[in-house]
Amino acid sequence: MSSFYGVELKSRLLLGTSRYPSPAILERAVKASGAEVVTVSLRRESGAGKAGQAFWSLIQSMGVRVLPNTAGCHSVKEAVTTAHMARELFDTPWIKLEVIGEADTLQPDVFGLVEAARILSEDGFEVFPYTTEDLVVAERLVEAGCRVLMPWGAPIGSARGLNNVYGLRSMRAHFPGIPLVVDAGLGVPSHAAAAMELGYDAVLLNTAVAEAGDPVEMARAFALGVEAGRAAYLAQPMEPRDMAVPSTPVIGKAALGD
Amino acid sequence: MRIFLNDDMHEVSPGTLAAALETLGFGGRKIATAVNGRFVAAAARPRTELADGDRIEVVAPMQGG
Repeated sequence: MSSFYGVELKSRLLLGTSRYPSPAILERAVKASGAEVVTVSLRRESGAGKAGQAFWSLIQSMGVRVLPNTAGCHSVKEAVTTAHMARELFDTPWIKLEVIGEADTLQPDVFGLVEAARILSEDGFEVFPYTTEDLVVAERLVEAGCRVLMPWGAPIGSARGLNNVYGLRSMRAHFPGIPLVVDAGLGVPSHAAAAMELGYDAVLLNTAVAEAGDPVEMARAFALGVEAGRAAYLAQPMEPRDMAVPSTPVIGKAALGD
Repeated sequence: MRIFLNDDMHEVSPGTLAAALETLGFGGRKIATAVNGRFVAAAARPRTELADGDRIEVVAPMQGG
């Protein structure tokens, strides 16, 4: 079990709720994934619109915990205001903090991220910062009050997997006591398994499931990938080496050559 | 007076944010609000007086990753 701000989760897969073909498929995918936490967002709604209310009813019916995000925010002020709105709307101190700094890669603005994380942590929020694998930034986030770190695997929605395995491994080694979640960029379950084999506590993904040909089956596949990766990490994988070592003993082999 | 709600202009009687939201169809809805970029908690809406030209943001739960 991993603890996120004192909340113990059995599932190490956190799932986004966006881009599914239908609400019914979203519901089935969440169930198939075993996720106990889903990410949600906030968007403008008109007086006549009912989409937000319908979506909220669906989420409530699933019995999952929500992690609201500040997706699309490009400034500290925007992110902080959005976080306050989310806290009231979803009645949770949890916030997945995104401060986007670059349009093509959706790379976090880590300077704004640290500033927003400090403001929100001091205000009682429990911040899940979407960050890079930069160790110095991560240190600043912890100093700002973050007790979970969420480095990207690759740019959001890119399905590229773990772009910087060395950086992610370094982060795991550097923060043994902080829950770490690979957030974003995963495409297939083997990417999730690889993150878990590095010792990460969980993965957070959305598009890889939502835009699969069969989102429900892909959700199940990711759950298996996460479970396999975690089991492998706990089983302590052998170290890679350069030369072959025969797995079958040589002693006692029949002498059949010339 | 004129206010802007999610960028759309509306004519409303002078009054509070809560009254304007009621008039514009948001009564009883699960929403969060900000006025001129500042968060306004639900409990504060009845005592938040609007001024001509105020920009109101109204958001609701939505799918997110």
